[in-house]
Amino acid sequence: MSHRNDRALTVGSLTRVEGEGAMHVRVVDGRVSDVRLQIYEPPRFFEGFLRRRGYTEPPDITARICGICPVAYQMSACLAIEDACGVRVDGPIADLRRLLYCGEWISSHALHIFLLHAPDFLGYPSVVELARDHRAIVERGLAIKKAGNAILETVGGRAIHPVNVRVGGFYRVPTRAEIAGLAAPVREALDAAIATVAWVAGFRFPDFEHDHELLALVEPGRYAVLDGALCTDRGLAFPVRSFEEHILEEQVPHSTALHASLAGRGRYLTGPLARYALSRAWLLPEAREAAEAAGLEPVCRNPFRSIVVRAVELVQALAEAIRLIDAYRPFTPAAVPVPARPAVGYGATEAPRGTLFHRYEIDENGSIVSARIVPPTSQNQAAIEDDLRRFVQDRLDLDDHRLTHECEQAIRNYDPCISCATHFLDLTVERT
Amino acid sequence: MRAIRVIGVGNPYRRDDGAGPAVIAGLRQRNLPSVELAECDGEPTRMIDLWSGADLAVVVDAVRSGAPPGTIHRRSLQHPGLGRVAGATSHAVDLGDAVALAAALDRLPTRMLLYLIEAGDTSAGVGLTPTVAAAVAELIEEIAEEVTWQATR
Repeated sequence: MSHRNDRALTVGSLTRVEGEGAMHVRVVDGRVSDVRLQIYEPPRFFEGFLRRRGYTEPPDITARICGICPVAYQMSACLAIEDACGVRVDGPIADLRRLLYCGEWISSHALHIFLLHAPDFLGYPSVVELARDHRAIVERGLAIKKAGNAILETVGGRAIHPVNVRVGGFYRVPTRAEIAGLAAPVREALDAAIATVAWVAGFRFPDFEHDHELLALVEPGRYAVLDGALCTDRGLAFPVRSFEEHILEEQVPHSTALHASLAGRGRYLTGPLARYALSRAWLLPEAREAAEAAGLEPVCRNPFRSIVVRAVELVQALAEAIRLIDAYRPFTPAAVPVPARPAVGYGATEAPRGTLFHRYEIDENGSIVSARIVPPTSQNQAAIEDDLRRFVQDRLDLDDHRLTHECEQAIRNYDPCISCATHFLDLTVERT
Repeated sequence: MRAIRVIGVGNPYRRDDGAGPAVIAGLRQRNLPSVELAECDGEPTRMIDLWSGADLAVVVDAVRSGAPPGTIHRRSLQHPGLGRVAGATSHAVDLGDAVALAAALDRLPTRMLLYLIEAGDTSAGVGLTPTVAAAVAELIEEIAEEVTWQATR
């Protein structure tokens, strides 16, 4: 309890997060001495088994890293390989990629907002109990998610691990009727998403702010997803190809995921809070109006309010999807030629959880010499641990059960994808 | 016509966790009339979309309950009055949650049969262990017979 000298909070298996992980917090003489976000999923060696594979294979292989954000893996992989081969894909192929990516944002954000995060704010142990009391709200979430899945299935070939993506573009171009069929469910989902922003903005949020440097792709003129330069809210800006000069990864003993930091600057945060802070000016009118109506400040530093930002991004993705659907015309060819050449290529896109970086080195035969993948959750680990340290320090008067529950909530703010990071969660708080 | 759907849940890249999709692959070769077959990663909203409106949903999944690998657990869930079902998934919400959520939303099929195959090896890689492969072969026969009979009722 609160007056013991030595206190340990432990969650052996974190719930409502993707993958397997644990949390351990130690408090000695009233000070938080140690916070560890333990990622115990075994390392999966994707970078290792990409070596000596053909240069056209990474979009399909890396899609398998995550069942929630396979499109992000496919897109970062395509961009990196095309960069190595000196090909830039734009025009209708780039638009169709963006529509597919919107589908993934819609599906992933709806899952997190309604099924994983909202129960925390409404005092329910899970979405099941939430659904018993608020059936219409959960149905709304499922309908939004279904619209996202429909985009994934129509453009990607199927909802999980889409099969229609290739280096240079797509295998098959959807017909106009197939894409037009998405318009009605996506329009309905947009109305539901705008209502969702107002709903989540009314939650009660703990008084807590972070001071992490915020990093995201920025593409002046539009809310960056598939293009742009990496920028922070403190003025750092660098091209995607310089990612490895600016982002350092190191091993920590308690985790199978690497911890990332900005060289000479320290921890940083990527994801919805960073994107919103850096690209708010380029939100589509529907999303900007929803954010303003919800009273969302230009830079939101309260990670608990990330659910509001995620809902604004849901509106953004749906509003953009509608524009892309309405403008869609089938095109040929479905993919542009991307001949192999010996070179190194870099790609970064904004996955639902943050910036996802890929780098491939290809030889003259088109064989992959080396690969590097830096997922958002491993980039955010240091920031999550820092939040927990400060969050627990201010709440030591709470009993272990309550404190542990609030810590889990603090972790869920970041929608961590442990499966991706394993390269997630059980909570231990030790109080000495 | 009764709507019958068979859903194989699992990840074929985690060896025995691929038992559910392996059963679907086997059933697909039978060309069973009036039976819809689907593979699913177990994500609950997709599961609910797959089974809602069905007269009968057959769900095949891998589990780890401590029983010997290859053991087949058979459960029939008559709506309402559902118990908890534990799946083998490591994801945010499991099969039990999907069933409980569907029950809360009144989106369960009229009847659900659950076939849960005890997994041995769920490490990274493809291919089933021989005991689980044998259980899969047995279940393909059993489910083909069950749904064929159910379709003609």
